[in-house]
Amino acid sequence: MTTTNDVRPLLASVIRPSGGVWSRVLTSRQAWVGATMLLTLALWALVGPALHPWDATYVDLAAFGQGPSTRHWFGTNDIGQDVYAQVLVGLRKSLLVGLVAAPVATGLAAVVGAVAGLAGGWVDRALMAAVDLMLVIPAFYLLVLCSPVLARAGWPALALAIAALMWMVMARVVRGQTRSLRERGFVRAACFSGAPLWWVAVRHVWPNLASLLVADVTVGVGTAVLMEATMSYFGIGVRVPDVSLGTLLAAGGPAAATRPWLFFFPALALVVAVCAVSLVGDAVRDAIDAGGARG
Amino acid sequence: MLRYLARRAANALVLALAATCLGYVLASVALDPLVRFRGNNPPVPDEQIRHALAITGTDPNTPLASRLWSWLSGLAHGSLGTSVDNRPVTSEIAERAGTSLQLLVLGTVLGVGLGVLVGVVGAVRQHRWFDRVTTQGSFVVLATPTFVVAVLLMVGATRLNEAAGRQVIRFTGQYTPGHEGWAAVTDRASHLVLPTLALVIGLVAAFSRYQRAAMLDVLGTDLVRGARAMGHTQRSALVRHGVRVAMVPMSTLAVYTAGMVLAGATITELAFSWHGMGEYLLLAAQRGDVNAAAGTVACTAVLVLVLGMVADVLYAWLDPRVRL
Repeated sequence: MTTTNDVRPLLASVIRPSGGVWSRVLTSRQAWVGATMLLTLALWALVGPALHPWDATYVDLAAFGQGPSTRHWFGTNDIGQDVYAQVLVGLRKSLLVGLVAAPVATGLAAVVGAVAGLAGGWVDRALMAAVDLMLVIPAFYLLVLCSPVLARAGWPALALAIAALMWMVMARVVRGQTRSLRERGFVRAACFSGAPLWWVAVRHVWPNLASLLVADVTVGVGTAVLMEATMSYFGIGVRVPDVSLGTLLAAGGPAAATRPWLFFFPALALVVAVCAVSLVGDAVRDAIDAGGARG
Repeated sequence: MLRYLARRAANALVLALAATCLGYVLASVALDPLVRFRGNNPPVPDEQIRHALAITGTDPNTPLASRLWSWLSGLAHGSLGTSVDNRPVTSEIAERAGTSLQLLVLGTVLGVGLGVLVGVVGAVRQHRWFDRVTTQGSFVVLATPTFVVAVLLMVGATRLNEAAGRQVIRFTGQYTPGHEGWAAVTDRASHLVLPTLALVIGLVAAFSRYQRAAMLDVLGTDLVRGARAMGHTQRSALVRHGVRVAMVPMSTLAVYTAGMVLAGATITELAFSWHGMGEYLLLAAQRGDVNAAAGTVACTAVLVLVLGMVADVLYAWLDPRVRL
């Protein structure tokens, strides 16, 4: 990571894109392609079901386990439910989990990292020890361990649990950046003039790390969507009556060789969604890296 | 070197102990040891429930601190307690760890090795066809969950078996019962192919990207050119002064990477219905088996720390600036 001294606060440079990370993002073709894909998918998931004649839970008694046709675009499952409608509903839930989990995780990382970096001393040591501890047990194991509790609590709890397990590495990065910022004149001036810690964080640290945090949110959405799908695939994520891409993949997995449409359409939706998110995330990250004195 | 290692080991020991306690507390809070007695008709007598809970030491009426203490003192004597089906957790885990380690070691060595190689070649031949194909390929692979890769491989293998008219690749479980001698060995090897492939594909995608970025950074400096000026051939300059230096930055995330690799292996193992550690934890969560879950987490934490230390030592050995 490089120091991001030429980064202006998010809004200022979007309004006035003159140099800096945001103008590089805005001129990046990759970012536009990713954002367009993502918006299209989100819009599709939002309004698609309204434009589609079949409801995700409706049972078509005339079509059990049929392949794609003009009547059912993505085919039907064993009990005659429309797979296209289910993919739309599942995509909506999966994206929702990602969009809830990622900002929470990044927020947590920003707070912990800034507090550790600014406070120093035992606060810093305690917080970094907590980060180390949480990295020792893989997130997947902790999620499995908590699955009986999560089963009772529904999908928002799952999203928050996923968020609680993906902030650690970013917290370390933010801490490192905060420590180097702390040595710079404007932050030292603020500290000497008696500004409280939260003010320094809000006014100086976070605006300077804005692009880094945005990149982390974007990448985090993809990670969270993948985590949700994996949890649901093994039966410990999103539960009935909720439908996500993960639960659809779990239902379609055993039939992948004989009735591929049950597995491949949800899988395709998942991969395309995560690819779209990563395109944007990578573009922001590349823009940050190109800004400093890299290599 | 020894002093550095001793300090790292002490640090790891403290972390392992803390993670073990955390695992036990989480398991006790999240899992319900009474779950398997519920919904029985006729209901299980209280006497019997109390007896079963006493054996596993998971009676919710005992304070959590004293349950943790008695579990820890058991651990000090090398016992992880009893699982709900009255088997010692230690022996069950020893059995399953063998299964898991097989895949983990094979997958990690192949995956990391190939990943580094692909990353280096991609960086050296930046923007050429190999670089383009591997960069875009790893981009898509990283967006694909491991279990989807596993299912795709299984579908492919099914097609292959159908085309060949016999079972060329077997992929459910670790082995087919009833084989002996040489046939058992080849049978196990055949069962290893797809899970290893699934794990390796994911690891190559992840590691080649890290390695490519790090290698590009190094190629941007004068290290390699300097080595050429000193009379090294291009190949030896790249390997000794390029690749070696490029691998150093990854050391900061050694523990994190070890956790990631382990989680990947666990998911792969679950997707191919192997009876490994992942399945044990999943079963424990479903059956409210506190001891089994806590034991699995403890072993995982130790494994992650050991892997992290191995990676640390490897990197320290690679980095000419580190004098241990």
